[in-house]
Amino acid sequence: MKKIAAFALAAVLAMGAAAHAEEMLNGAGATFPYPVYSAWANEYNKVSGVKLNYQSIGSGGGIKQITERTVDFGATDKPLKPEELAKDNLLQFPAVIGGVVPVVNISGIKSGELKLDSETVCKIYLGEIKTWNDAMIKKLNPTLNLPGSEITVVHRSDGSGTTAIFTDYLSGVCPAWKEKVGSGTSVSWPSGIGGKGNEGVANYVQQTSNSIGYVEFAYAKQNNLTYTQLKNHAGAFVEPSFESFEDAAATASFDPKKDFYLWLNDAPGNKSWPIAGATFILLAKEKKDSNMKVVKFYDWAFKNGDGKAKELIYVPLPNSLKGKIEAYWKSNGIK
Amino acid sequence: MNIERKRKIESIIALAMSGLAAAIGLFWLVYILADVIIHGIGALQLSLFFNDPAPAGVEGGGLRNAFVGQLMITGAATLIGVPVGILGGTFLAEYARGRKFARFISILSDIMVSVPSIVVGAFVYAILIRPFHHFSGWAGAFALSIIMIPVVLRTTEDMLSLVPWTLREAAFALGAPYYKVIIQVVYRGAATGILTGVLLSIARVAGETAPLLFTSFNNNFFSWDMNRPIASLTATIFQYAMGPYKSWHTQAWGAAFVITLFILALTIMGRLAIWWRYKR
Amino acid sequence: MNTQQTRKIRSLAIFPRKNVVDLLFSSLTGVASFTIIIFIIGILVVLVMESSLALGKFGLVNFLTSTTWNPVTQIFGAAPTIYGTFVTTALALLFAIPTAIGIAIFITEIAPNFLKGPIGIAIELLAAIPSIIYGMWGLFTLAPIMSKYVEPALQSTVGKLPFLGFLFKGNPLGIDLLTASVILGIMIIPFTASIARDAFNLTPAVIKESAYAIGATRWEVVKNVVLPYSKLGVFGGVALSLGRALGETMAVAFVLGNNHKIATSLLDAASTITVSLANEFTEADSDMYLSSLYYLALVLFVMSFIILAISKFFLLKAERRYSR
Repeated sequence: MKKIAAFALAAVLAMGAAAHAEEMLNGAGATFPYPVYSAWANEYNKVSGVKLNYQSIGSGGGIKQITERTVDFGATDKPLKPEELAKDNLLQFPAVIGGVVPVVNISGIKSGELKLDSETVCKIYLGEIKTWNDAMIKKLNPTLNLPGSEITVVHRSDGSGTTAIFTDYLSGVCPAWKEKVGSGTSVSWPSGIGGKGNEGVANYVQQTSNSIGYVEFAYAKQNNLTYTQLKNHAGAFVEPSFESFEDAAATASFDPKKDFYLWLNDAPGNKSWPIAGATFILLAKEKKDSNMKVVKFYDWAFKNGDGKAKELIYVPLPNSLKGKIEAYWKSNGIK
Repeated sequence: MNIERKRKIESIIALAMSGLAAAIGLFWLVYILADVIIHGIGALQLSLFFNDPAPAGVEGGGLRNAFVGQLMITGAATLIGVPVGILGGTFLAEYARGRKFARFISILSDIMVSVPSIVVGAFVYAILIRPFHHFSGWAGAFALSIIMIPVVLRTTEDMLSLVPWTLREAAFALGAPYYKVIIQVVYRGAATGILTGVLLSIARVAGETAPLLFTSFNNNFFSWDMNRPIASLTATIFQYAMGPYKSWHTQAWGAAFVITLFILALTIMGRLAIWWRYKR
Repeated sequence: MNTQQTRKIRSLAIFPRKNVVDLLFSSLTGVASFTIIIFIIGILVVLVMESSLALGKFGLVNFLTSTTWNPVTQIFGAAPTIYGTFVTTALALLFAIPTAIGIAIFITEIAPNFLKGPIGIAIELLAAIPSIIYGMWGLFTLAPIMSKYVEPALQSTVGKLPFLGFLFKGNPLGIDLLTASVILGIMIIPFTASIARDAFNLTPAVIKESAYAIGATRWEVVKNVVLPYSKLGVFGGVALSLGRALGETMAVAFVLGNNHKIATSLLDAASTITVSLANEFTEADSDMYLSSLYYLALVLFVMSFIILAISKFFLLKAERRYSR
């Protein structure tokens, strides 16, 4: 009995001692960049030994946990305005750019075949277009064989930056949406089922026939989901791809003075994908030590992670923007 | 048809329905276990136990960190919960036997056994996570121990009450103080029962997910550090089963299989211990 | 527990006398048992404190009846989640109680002696399976079956009836109230079954034999002797299952669809208090949002506590009345 107690005590102390052996950073937030962050963290661990534990709980979670200072950094696709950052004493910078794509599960329809535009997407999510063979969808897709089945709308159940980007786009192009629902990380959805994270939405769309969801493109690609074309601001139908995302980001002007607050929706270019966005990292201003470690990781990622990002169809930030971010870090004393 | 036959037929039908009910109950058990076994065994490869998670969507990952984390959290919860539970049960069955407030605590304890575990998680978040600004395995263990203590306390109380009073009388007659009577006589007599209570309580918390979601959080990397977020099998099953990746689903089934096996083994062991001890 | 025992212990407790260790040990064990009270009060206090913001803004009645859950406008109401909690729990009980009582009757009255043990253990194993396994199984196995076979069948039969038809409207996805209720129902069968079995076993053999002696059939003995005798115990078991079902999270989180709306059809997605907490807790990005979630937790805690207390009341009454 005494031996067991002694052993247990020794084990507990050993756990505490071993704790300081390795370096660990904890981050949480957006599911949007989870595929690329986890790939980068894996590589970074091999070269530096630092373990960057990133939990994808949604942008709402990223904002909340960094505000509470329970994590070393938060990640969000919904950028915070400078006044919001000041209120909670936070720093913000973008890490990578990606695109939100509608994905569908209709038998016989393959990726890139179905054409949708802002009006149809809006009406589907409002619950006004109820079946796939609706006249409005048929008009855009005269040659496709669309079933008369009811559409199952899949959205997010958690606080999501992907939702923020998607609803910001819908609010911008669809006055009815702006009035009835609005935009944000969590909205009052008119209908549909909610999945947890980009992962959950992808899972539900995979499992449910005649469904439509919106996910970051990496999730569509990694899970072979059927994505659609969208009509952009310039009136052309585009497919989601590295080029169309890059085009969307081409005219973007991120301003360090505004803590890089910027939305990339409804970009004007001919080849632009209409629902694109940057994803951001939030840091607590007073945690100088851990901030420097987080910055070291992203600095490494900016210099070495572009290939991996492109592989997953994320658009790495242009070099000029990376320069601005580095200057931002320096001026805030964390590099 | 005379009334006798009618009653007889009614009896046969009603009893057949109850047999059907038993069959339905057993059917679900067999179906669920079979599913877990079939899908889980396919997922059991060495990589599941010896590798750490791979990046999202990449093959070849494992759940080594989650297995270790689960063991550590459950172990820590047991270290906290079992002593408190046993001591508490001892108080109710011995020093406070028959007293009104012992009854009161006993009833409250029974209620606590079934309290929603997610509320316990939210409670621990407010007192242990937010003030200290980091998630931790210890907080997760503490949340689990809150669920464990009532279970251990009640079974200890029941088992100690089963020990005949005459045993204690004999020890008192020899001049032993009460605490010695308890530790050297009563505990010995109720040892198997208490052990069963402990095993069942471990089985209960080993499968809990909700309290861990906001306390020990989760960790993609291997870690011994209980003072920071740590991976747990149950939280990882939640994450992987809700995700889209086939490799995640496979690993989730494998983890589900291991956890179910472990918990069922504990449950059966506990029951066997009682049966063996009390059959003679 | 006779007066001699009580006197002995009281004397020890009141006069710890020379033995310091005894005093220490009794205090230690006393404190340990007191932790139960500390936890319950602690949880209540913390929940009330955390929800004070939402309590202040929404009040009691308004919060419980408001159907809006809008993080954009920061207006929160508990009605949809309370509705979801009630519907899934009620349906689960509907599925579980007849089965559980049937199982208890089978074990106590019909099964040959050698089967009683194994079936009892099997039912206990059903209770031991972790709820997340139920949830996962529900998502991967049950939901597709519900979606492909059961729900369309229900839609084409009951769905066409005039009064009940509205219950089965909508797209049969498998991710809805019905599937969640089925899983919850399976989960709570063992709780009622084992308590009912214990209650049935308390019926004195004499009374049953008397009934047999005047020619009652097996079923008549069960219906007219055993069931009325063990009423209290069975109620207690049902209440316990209800209390447990209220607090279930993981079993339903996968298949409920997470929609904060009052669903009129069983084939609609919905949300319960527990599922909302699990999904939204770590991400409630405003103080009012988090406070509203804590308010939900408080409502759930109070509801469960009351129902579990009622269950305990019945079980104690049954015990007191019949265990002579």
